[in-house]
Amino acid sequence: MTVVREQDVVPFRNRVKEYAVKIKMGLVNQTKLITAASELVRNMLRYGNGGEVLIEVVSRGRDNGIRLTFKDDGPGIADIGMAMKDGYSTGKSLGLGLPGTKRLVNEFEIKSEVGKGTKVTILKWANG
Amino acid sequence: MATEITRLFKKNQAAILERWMQNQLADAGLREDLMSNEDLRIESEELIVSLIRALTEDNIDDVNSADFDHVAEILSGISISRARQGYSPRETCLYILSLKEALQQVLNEEIQDVQEQLIALLRVNKLFDNFSIVIFETFIKGREEVILRQTDEITEISTPVIQVWEGILALPIIGTLDSSRTQVIMENLLTAIVDSGSSVAILDISGVPTVDSLVAQHLLKTVSATRLMGAECVISGIRPEIAQTIVHLGIDLSGIVTKASLASALIYAFKTLKLEVRKQGSFKTT
Amino acid sequence: MDRIPILRMGQFLLVTIQVDLYDRLALDLEADLVKMVSKTGAKGILIDISAVSIVDSFMGRIIGNIGVMSKLLDAETVVVGMQPAVAITLVELGLPLKGVYTALNVERGMDLLKSKIQVIDDEEIDPDDDDSDDITE
Repeated sequence: MTVVREQDVVPFRNRVKEYAVKIKMGLVNQTKLITAASELVRNMLRYGNGGEVLIEVVSRGRDNGIRLTFKDDGPGIADIGMAMKDGYSTGKSLGLGLPGTKRLVNEFEIKSEVGKGTKVTILKWANG
Repeated sequence: MATEITRLFKKNQAAILERWMQNQLADAGLREDLMSNEDLRIESEELIVSLIRALTEDNIDDVNSADFDHVAEILSGISISRARQGYSPRETCLYILSLKEALQQVLNEEIQDVQEQLIALLRVNKLFDNFSIVIFETFIKGREEVILRQTDEITEISTPVIQVWEGILALPIIGTLDSSRTQVIMENLLTAIVDSGSSVAILDISGVPTVDSLVAQHLLKTVSATRLMGAECVISGIRPEIAQTIVHLGIDLSGIVTKASLASALIYAFKTLKLEVRKQGSFKTT
Repeated sequence: MDRIPILRMGQFLLVTIQVDLYDRLALDLEADLVKMVSKTGAKGILIDISAVSIVDSFMGRIIGNIGVMSKLLDAETVVVGMQPAVAITLVELGLPLKGVYTALNVERGMDLLKSKIQVIDDEEIDPDDDDSDDITE
């Protein structure tokens, strides 16, 4: 789904929650996933002028999970190493967004090219 | 010549069952304690009927044919249920292997020509090798399920939250702390805090064998989460060796209230709640 | 545009967040609260987030900001009723919400605020004492 305005964030979070409930994710993991999603969506709105989010249900053996892919055509991140450090921010925020998000999910992948945009993929298992 | 095999099996269906039962009953490993002979017979008959129905000359060499799905299903069912009942892998495997033996005995008697007999035996062998694999795979899967369920049960059991006083919760942690356990402990503790409206929680780590920097981090997380909820968290049961390792590793626990024993943690908790416990009558002397 | 209502209870301001916040709403709340504190001279702010299922780093920052800002205006902030899942997530995120007090529920939060103000008054030995006594009754 597309997220371009601030008002899109709440419906987006509800959508993620629906999926999480569907695969019987525990409440704590649900909260972690949605918080992570919320962080990434905010980044996308603030730095990337909105973009696309893909919600997928994946399974590994008996375990189900949710994969979210955030894609924007914004300016990109010049130094991913720095962006992943606690307390670093180019905007005026706490600089917890990306590293914090990584701690909340099971798998985290970020690809960015200056001038082209950023793509972040996160994955959270129902029992992880 | 090739048509013979399936036809032979069909003809001798009753005899095969008889032989199979004999083979199974003759085996010393037969678990009469887990399953009666009558049940075993019913189970075996169902398998033979479905096997012989599925078996044709075309698919006998193609072990992955969809025609065998039903047979494989029955086999998986038997295998899983045996895994749960506590059969050994050997006993489960012997079940299908003794059927192979019975079929081979029939072939042996019915086919006179040595060459043809050999071919027929080989084909049957190949088919049953595959069935053995099915049995084996599902058996292990069944066992894994048992293990997973037990793991779940252990995590449930191993983190009891005890209300020691009105407003005071205690949580004895026994065993190693890893991140998934910390999460369960945190969740249980925080929900218990909400449910009981407690304001002090005591984490007793006397049962934790070692505290390394990772475990310390987990403890710190639990403490800050309880603080966010509006309750205080005390860590008790720190053994001297653990105090040593904590200092040697340079772990900073200064932000946390730590007590040597559960008793002193309890006294601390009483103090924070402005409670006083004393011997009856002692107030007269003071 | 909707706003989060701020209720006045004697010397305290009471905010109950009942909806999922988006950033604009949270920023408005921050601004409204600070204005209200300076206008009413409130001594304490109680924020009830028991109905909030998600607190991310932005929301956490707003809450922290409210705490620091109201402190500058001589008011204490207590956050009450945080969901266990939210607490775990915040810790994992690396946001221990320093600078704000927390309490289990509104009742405990009120007690905490009252005791804080009591302590401050006792320390200062203000002639204000009479005032605060009136309020606690």
